Amino acid sequence: MYAYVIRRIVATIPVMAVVGIFVFLLLHITPGDPAAIIAGDYANPADIAKIRARLGLDQPIHVQFVKWVGQLAHGDLGVSIFSNLPVTKLIGQRLEPTLALSVLTTILSILIAVPLGVFAAWRAGTLVDRATMVFAVLGFSVPIFVIGYILMYVFAIELKWFPAQGYKPIADGFWPFLRSIVLPSVALATLYTALIARISRASVLEVLTEDYIRTAHAKGLSSPIVLMRHALRNAAVPIVTIIGIGIALLIGGVVVTESVFNIPGLGRLTVDAILHRDYPVIQAIILVFSGVYVFINLLADLAYTLFDPRIRY
Amino acid sequence: MVAVAGDVFGGGGAVRTRAAQAAEFARRNPTVMISASVLILMSLMAGFAPYLASDPMALDPAVRLKPPCMIEAIGFGSSTPCRGWFGTDHLGRDVYARTVFGARISLTVGLAVAAVSTALGLVIGLLAGYVRLVDAIVMRVMDGLMAIPSILLAIALMALFGSSVQNVIIAISIPEIPRVVRLVRAVVLTIREMPYVEAAVSSGTRLPKILFRHILPNTFAPLLVQATYVCAAAVIVEALLSFLGAGTPPEIPSWGNMMAEGRVYFQIKPWMLFYPGICLAFMVLFVNLLGDGLRDTLDPRIARRMR
Repeated sequence: MYAYVIRRIVATIPVMAVVGIFVFLLLHITPGDPAAIIAGDYANPADIAKIRARLGLDQPIHVQFVKWVGQLAHGDLGVSIFSNLPVTKLIGQRLEPTLALSVLTTILSILIAVPLGVFAAWRAGTLVDRATMVFAVLGFSVPIFVIGYILMYVFAIELKWFPAQGYKPIADGFWPFLRSIVLPSVALATLYTALIARISRASVLEVLTEDYIRTAHAKGLSSPIVLMRHALRNAAVPIVTIIGIGIALLIGGVVVTESVFNIPGLGRLTVDAILHRDYPVIQAIILVFSGVYVFINLLADLAYTLFDPRIRY
Repeated sequence: MVAVAGDVFGGGGAVRTRAAQAAEFARRNPTVMISASVLILMSLMAGFAPYLASDPMALDPAVRLKPPCMIEAIGFGSSTPCRGWFGTDHLGRDVYARTVFGARISLTVGLAVAAVSTALGLVIGLLAGYVRLVDAIVMRVMDGLMAIPSILLAIALMALFGSSVQNVIIAISIPEIPRVVRLVRAVVLTIREMPYVEAAVSSGTRLPKILFRHILPNTFAPLLVQATYVCAAAVIVEALLSFLGAGTPPEIPSWGNMMAEGRVYFQIKPWMLFYPGICLAFMVLFVNLLGDGLRDTLDPRIARRMR
């Protein structure tokens, strides 16, 4: 068991190493002079030279790489070209809205999707099942920003139940805070919910054909108990896997949702960094988000043993 | 299962005419038929856009932000006179014309990304599945690429490349390649253990011939399904990149660009954003349905489980 945990943790090192090398090379694989690209179309040669020197692009590439890795090892993600602030500080300032949005979305998605998937599988072929599948396809197809604007139009502009845009920090009081992130979270949750519901349904449907389910029914257990204790528990591994993999979609969705609802989080930071060609910030954000994704999938892998005692390492 | 496969590829029943076979295929696979028909119709609209709509670039400051006549026609009259089926935007351009022309960008990007990522993924996947040394290196790189959320990767690449339709295609294709590679590699690893491949190897068939004659054809069905899903994802990501200001150049009418322009006016003039948004959702929905239909058709084993 411990050997497996250690092996699984060690396995993330090459993945993050490739991410790191790729993020480092991003600036160098581009055709042309990266300093000129960052400086923009209207820069003069002096500006370009200044940027080149600041990013250390005038040094040999292996020297740059060693220096960059050294900084990372000290928790230094570089300095923003646009605002001159350390990137770690920028990320710290923008963390709360993104974290709130992601956590609420994840909770909402799991709470809706898993019961929906289980119920659809239990009542396979009925209207509820069909409706779930239609919802799953729609959730996949309607882009988050389209859903976001539809929700905003109906619930904020027409019904005025929620504010249309903006974010209230939790320090301003819990209710204003919650009201400001409900619509973005629902918009973001549609895709994630569709994904989890689809997989939940498929994996529960497969488990329901097993002999032990019939045995459980035969010995007189009620359907809810059979579903929860026997079916869902045995179907948990693919569900946990997809929740982990879906984090990548969630991260991409955060960037979009924050732009639609004008929330000053990490997603806005990313978009602003792109519009300003602020490359140290873009590199840091990719690195951080990829790290989060790899870490959550590591947790998902380790969680298997909790859900399924048959898996022993 | 053999009979089904025969029908799918048009090989079953020598006496039946081609038309009868097509009718039979349509009856068995309504999802594929309906979604394919809708998509062909949309492609035709995009192709014949100049004959269906006026100039999408034509400015007319006299008719800025006029409401759509479509709304008026169904009984929601307003004080301002309507203009065009979908209304006009902040520069007085016809939203209907821009929406019809926008389909061209979405279709081009969707198909091109599907083609590029499938082709590259196929080559890399075949090599990785068959050559152990390539496998060890390539799969580490692919794992790393897959750890970067694909939208972020595409955004970062666009920030570097600068906006053009060609760069959008490259930036969306790169994050999709590892998924294709994984799929192809998985097929190759299964097929290479099959007795007929072992027979070919032991009778001295050279590697290229084994790859192309014996292994490649087995990847076609799953690849076709995957390519459809890639196409759907690419259409969304293109609109999204344009919406965020890092995609198709702003002067080109694409659905994402139209939605980006409509954001500012959304609270009072929502049509600028809704028409392209709804068309986008509609197109992606039918591409996804086509993918689901093809998957069920090409893999009867999955179809039975899903039903």
